[in-house]
Amino acid sequence: MDFLIGLLQIIGVHTILGLSAYVILQTGQVTMAQAGFFSVGAYVAGMLTVLGEWHIVPAMLCGGVLAGALACVVGFPALRVKGLMFTVATLAFGEFIRLFWFNFDYQVSRGGFQIGPLGGEGFRQIRFFPENGWTTLDVAVFVWIVVAAVMAALWWMDRSRVGAVLRAVGEDELAAQSVGINLTAVKVSAFTIGGFIAGLGGAIYAHYTTHIEHLNFSVVLATFAIAYPILGGLNSVFGTLIAVLFIQGVLVEGLRFLGDWRNLLFGALIVVAMNFRPSGFIDARAANALKRLFAAERGGRA
Amino acid sequence: MLELRGLSKHFGGVRAVDGLDVTVQEGQIFGLIGPNGSGKSTTVNLVCGVFPVTSGSVRFNGADITNTRPHLALAAGIARTFQNIRLFPQLSVWQNLWVAENGPEAIRAQGSFFARWLSGSRRQRASVEELLAFSGLADKRDEIAGNLAFGEQRRLELARALAARPKLLLLDEPAAGMNLEEVRQLDERLRTLNEQRGITILLVEHVMELVMGVTHRIAVLNFGRKIAEGAPAEIQQNQAVQEAYLGRAEAEAP
Repeated sequence: MDFLIGLLQIIGVHTILGLSAYVILQTGQVTMAQAGFFSVGAYVAGMLTVLGEWHIVPAMLCGGVLAGALACVVGFPALRVKGLMFTVATLAFGEFIRLFWFNFDYQVSRGGFQIGPLGGEGFRQIRFFPENGWTTLDVAVFVWIVVAAVMAALWWMDRSRVGAVLRAVGEDELAAQSVGINLTAVKVSAFTIGGFIAGLGGAIYAHYTTHIEHLNFSVVLATFAIAYPILGGLNSVFGTLIAVLFIQGVLVEGLRFLGDWRNLLFGALIVVAMNFRPSGFIDARAANALKRLFAAERGGRA
Repeated sequence: MLELRGLSKHFGGVRAVDGLDVTVQEGQIFGLIGPNGSGKSTTVNLVCGVFPVTSGSVRFNGADITNTRPHLALAAGIARTFQNIRLFPQLSVWQNLWVAENGPEAIRAQGSFFARWLSGSRRQRASVEELLAFSGLADKRDEIAGNLAFGEQRRLELARALAARPKLLLLDEPAAGMNLEEVRQLDERLRTLNEQRGITILLVEHVMELVMGVTHRIAVLNFGRKIAEGAPAEIQQNQAVQEAYLGRAEAEAP
């Protein structure tokens, strides 16, 4: 049972990570910096609850805001380059943040113990949940409340004009400019929102694993972040959720019995999935079918 | 309304536009014609600020807008369409128009942020409905734009350019690939826009039936330079223009 609840936590946090990339991918930018923003949320929130003895909620929001602010500042220069160059620039920036944590010491002595992040050793004893008597189930519920809030916000955004503007920029930048859209403003905003959401995810991650180190936030995690929305499709937030369930639930956990062969099959299955649904699990047609389904229900009730 | 003075754009050694002087008066439909590669589309792109000018200036309603950015040109009141249609192909017809509701009115709207957002949203939706009706796309509103027929895509692109309620409309070969019936409809639509809505139009076009019928004044480009300007009837008689299009009557050894 605890294993399943633990899996639920992982799936929840990865959904948040995937959604953070979803917003940025909608504007046509392939970002590899999400693991970096995720780590900022993790370290900042961890330090606030451990060293500052804050509650998890303000600490999480603070981690998110800081990650978002960082994304905003980095976004201006990074978004001047396009396409592959942007991906490389964000990849470099993500690694820069990871190596920053590798060199970051901020330990204080409390009750005879040294606490706080210690470079390559990582940041141990982020024990807000056990110290406050949260059970694994409590934590899972908390994770999924945040997931639901983020999904609801993005779902609403998708249906609003803002969502249409983000997609328009992703489809044709010159046409978007020509109908009066300020490209820099839109792209930097999307990047900032993506950074904020990644920070929230990182904050939760730090607290349920209780121990983080720079290696948790490598290129592999950044790749997962963009793999979810690309596999799930950029038309609906539910696509990302389904992709995380598929990868974390079916591939990573379900194939564990295969041992070392798992990683091989893992890649192969993603290739197969992309072949059958090249625009993601929920492509434009599926999204329209979903919309009609909801519309029909509403019509029936009225 | 629009004044181009000594406008030049060189791509390496190619002088795409070379010292162009053109004045478009308010209320005119102004034709810009010339053989392929004579710099017509480049001129449109320079006015909108798609790329920087090499030299010369662009003035719009008295203000210098040389080297503007496309979204700022739109905010000033200049909208455009593209030679090879550039819609947002994965968005619906409705969304294509909705996204384009960025006109000066929306930007200058008064009131608190929230009030502006609410009334703005209502006004935008009403405006989209009106554009759908004007372009005859009302029954296609939920269609994905990329699935529309060619003529419908052209109509949608024109409607999208109108969404911002521009004062000046730059149309880059709007009749390309259209059949005669569609050209006739476009002719009518352009007259409506010009006469009833008072929109000034700069029309880049190859289809002579359209240009000669609908424009008030025409400038002819060849190799980036203006070789003639005048009323449609004068242009038809112009020797230099006929040579540019058809070649010289007798071959002259250089």
